[in-house]
Amino acid sequence: MNLIVSTISQGFIWSIMAIGLFITFRILDFPDMTVEGSFPLGAVTAVSLIQSGHSTIYSLLIAFVFGCLAGFATAFLYAKLNVPILLAGILTMTALYSINLRILGKANMSLTKSANIFNQFGLDKLPTNFNGIILGIIIIAIIIFLLILFLNTEKGQAVIATGDNETMAASLGINTTVMKFIGLMVSNGIVAVTGGLIAQQNGFADVNMGIGVIVIGLSAIIIGEVIYPDVPLSIRLITVVIGSIVYRLILMIVLQLGFNTNDLKLISAIILALCLALPTIRAQFLKVLRNGVKTK
Amino acid sequence: MKPLLEIKNAVKTIYNDDETLNILNDINLTINPKDFLVVLGTNGAGKSTLLDAITGTNKLTSGQILLNGEDITSENLAKRSRHISRVYQDPKSGTAPRMTVAENLLLAKRRGLPRRLRLRKLKDNMPEFEKLISNLPTLDKRLNTFTDKLSGGQRQTLSFLMAIIQRPELLLLDEHTAALDPQTSKDLMELTNRIILEKQLTCMMITHDLSDAMKYGNRLIVLKKGEIILDLNQTEKDKLTESDLLQYF
Repeated sequence: MNLIVSTISQGFIWSIMAIGLFITFRILDFPDMTVEGSFPLGAVTAVSLIQSGHSTIYSLLIAFVFGCLAGFATAFLYAKLNVPILLAGILTMTALYSINLRILGKANMSLTKSANIFNQFGLDKLPTNFNGIILGIIIIAIIIFLLILFLNTEKGQAVIATGDNETMAASLGINTTVMKFIGLMVSNGIVAVTGGLIAQQNGFADVNMGIGVIVIGLSAIIIGEVIYPDVPLSIRLITVVIGSIVYRLILMIVLQLGFNTNDLKLISAIILALCLALPTIRAQFLKVLRNGVKTK
Repeated sequence: MKPLLEIKNAVKTIYNDDETLNILNDINLTINPKDFLVVLGTNGAGKSTLLDAITGTNKLTSGQILLNGEDITSENLAKRSRHISRVYQDPKSGTAPRMTVAENLLLAKRRGLPRRLRLRKLKDNMPEFEKLISNLPTLDKRLNTFTDKLSGGQRQTLSFLMAIIQRPELLLLDEHTAALDPQTSKDLMELTNRIILEKQLTCMMITHDLSDAMKYGNRLIVLKKGEIILDLNQTEKDKLTESDLLQYF
């Protein structure tokens, strides 16, 4: 039971990162590799600040600002210098590795003796792992509320239109370059906050902790879409949370079946590949089924 | 009468390997308010490039564009979009597929205006949108339909409505019925003509359809190899037949 609660707790916290990734992947309609750098950026920023005596909330706010700056760098390369988005993300991600090392001063740093947000504000009085669930729900509710509010503003609609049809958006006088900056900055800000939260939950920050986070985020988004196809944008943000929890549960089941934890990234990639291929597999299966019925 | 749009000595040059090609070759064109100008020409004649230059999508190599006497040659697409709207040939080009019909119309209603951090007020605009589409069987009661669920004709009708919902000073139609089936094309062309006349819009329409070129508009120009080789007013146009026009291709 405790394992399931822990897995759900992980699912909630990681879904915050997936919501951040959703902004670029589904709203702006491009994959942003920056997250593999902005995630550990948030982690090392938060841990460094907490270790130097700052509050956990302050550390997460600064992590958000640094994440936004990472998004700004990618947006500048992509929207101003016309570097292809994949390459722009990879360049920022690579640069962030060194920056993260500079911030942390070493490859990893422990937080065990410091206060972390999961043990504050009365969360420590909750049963084991429920603090992650409660904190996750609160942060997710705030982020989803703010995002829905933003997406229902004129500027938010302009961001959606830019991702949906850039030619049309530009012809309506929307500054699509600015919208890409906004999307990438907010997205990476949210991802960095998640990095800061995960570091506090795990009790340490490591400059390598960003490897594979894009797969985790995409898996949450895709699983959510497979379970709940064709739902409005605001509901899709909630399906990302559900997708993240389901993904964590799938991983838990796979590991319980006796797979080696070293194979975690491989398993993650296979789960995502399966989810991505599911519509094609389903279509092929139905085609074969139909042909079989006709033959009979 | 003060001209709405003046294009002076417009040249657009492209460089392909060792070859230099003038897509627009010293174009001079004046469009007056309420002109419904039909533009004909073969593929590669420079028709769409001319529209690109007017909207600012593609800047001129040299020359000048004046709107209401004001030089807009160096103005960007966003600034020009306050005055100029355009409907593209491809129905997919003019609409946002994952937004509803109403959301698309609302986006277009703020064409050329700053997008502020304030609520969009979609519900407040619904009565106006319902009225706008009420006489259009293709779009009626589809305000909440996602655009990617619409047919090509419905999407193109929506693109057209988006172009005129906030009255443009100049409406540009870039073969906007070319990708549609004959009946849908005819319906949209009739709607286009009706609204242009009702709202007394100034319009520049590219078409390859000679019968549409003869039937609609009060002025006709033919472009060939980046130059205007024929410019007819309504009276001159009325004297021509489709076969007369064919000799210019």
